[in-house]
Amino acid sequence: MIRFDHVHYSIGGRKILEDVSFDVQKGTTKIILGPSGIGKSTALRLILGLVRPDSGDILIDGRSVVKADREELDKIRQEIGMVFQDGALFDSQTVGENVGYWRLENSDQTDDEIEAVVREKLTLVGLDPELIDSMPDELSIGMQRRVAIARALASGHPKIILYDEPTTGLDPNSLELVTDAILRLRNELGMTSIVVTHQLTDALKVGSDYLFLFDRGVQFEGDARALAASDDPKLRQFLDPFRKSLAEAAENFGVGRAGEATRVQTP
Amino acid sequence: MLGFLGGLLGSFARFLAGLQELTLFSARVFRSCFRGPFYWRDVYEQAYVAGVGSMHLALISAFFAGQALGLQFARQLAETGTVTLLGTLMTIAVVRALGPDLIGLVVAARMASGYTAEIGAMKSANQIDALVAFGTDPIKKLVVPRVLALFVMLPLLVILGDAVALIGGAIMAKYVAHVSLSLYWSQASRAMTFGTILIGVVKPAVFALLISLIGCWKGFTSSGGTRGVGRSTTESVTIVSVMLLITDFMLTRVLFALLRW
Repeated sequence: MIRFDHVHYSIGGRKILEDVSFDVQKGTTKIILGPSGIGKSTALRLILGLVRPDSGDILIDGRSVVKADREELDKIRQEIGMVFQDGALFDSQTVGENVGYWRLENSDQTDDEIEAVVREKLTLVGLDPELIDSMPDELSIGMQRRVAIARALASGHPKIILYDEPTTGLDPNSLELVTDAILRLRNELGMTSIVVTHQLTDALKVGSDYLFLFDRGVQFEGDARALAASDDPKLRQFLDPFRKSLAEAAENFGVGRAGEATRVQTP
Repeated sequence: MLGFLGGLLGSFARFLAGLQELTLFSARVFRSCFRGPFYWRDVYEQAYVAGVGSMHLALISAFFAGQALGLQFARQLAETGTVTLLGTLMTIAVVRALGPDLIGLVVAARMASGYTAEIGAMKSANQIDALVAFGTDPIKKLVVPRVLALFVMLPLLVILGDAVALIGGAIMAKYVAHVSLSLYWSQASRAMTFGTILIGVVKPAVFALLISLIGCWKGFTSSGGTRGVGRSTTESVTIVSVMLLITDFMLTRVLFALLRW
């Protein structure tokens, strides 16, 4: 389980997050929504320990990311796979080297063993394992995103996957394949996930519950039905372009747990 | 007037802040040079890029600069009837100054911009964060190999460049100054003292540190997407070029003092 506990974070005196708290239960997919520049990606970077909060704590299965020393942080990171915005594939390396990067650098596995893992992960995200020798720029954007997901899966022993805008800029077909991969990882491998996005239509396909960040804090937290029913004006304004999709999602509700908005908070 | 002074003070404060940042960055790089893991394959790749990739530029520049210098000296020495000293003068000028400075600047333009652009683009595309997330120290993976590779390759390039520049000078000696090649080379080898060689090797080694550290540092501190990377790359080449010339003078003074010249 992931716990964000009263986290405050600022850059150069500018407050980004103020007293933000939320939990992500094991095996669920939390969607973090919000306008651009609101601190959604920062929340993922905080979970991964890439940046440190001013105060508050972030716990992964009870272990603090904030208080962890370098060795402990490396261990925690091995349990977290991260799919960065735009994939962040190493463009000077092949698909195989990208997906197998962590194992090449940190494990005693032979090249053959690593190649087997790479092929398995590529297949898991719906890619042809023969792409192993291709360079990232030879692939479509959608394929690059799935390679990034495969890389996150092959790095360490992930129980948690963090997705930073995994569907941004994708064509409808690629989008379907990426969301399918995210769903499969949760349903088949029981992965706990956080998906940061401002595209609700895609989020509704994969989310268990939703968190809306606004004005440096959590404005809403709850499931799809509560999201559709919320009368919070800021949330309604954000959701307005997605009303139709949201109504359909609320009607077909069943992916997340039942309930209403668990919290409405204004910093 | 007050506005001008304020601007000047602001620039000075930014310069000091940058210098402090660069010093801390350099200290971290030097610490990392002695602590594993070591990415020897990356060192080899970077050595190839810096050495083989810059060789044609360095040698062509050195050959023509050597000829130009030989031509200037030949004319000047002919007027005073001391043209037989051409080999001596060429060696001192090329090995102590022209070789390190010229090749240093040529390599600085190529490598500092390359380092900044490459690391800046990686940062902009979240690849540096990805490295950290996968447990890799980006300083050890990206900076240390570049620093080590250039530290070895630049002095070697300068030694090769010096030889080519002296050959350029020899052509001028034979066809312009009409000095025999045996005299030119015997004068040249006599001028190749320990002190001259020391200056000719220490300077490029120090220049290599400046080029790689500033180039990588500007890459790590770049921000603002592709435009920011472009700006950092320009700044990187400018800073390195100016620093190279300032360091050249200071280093020459220090080495002269050490050699009691």
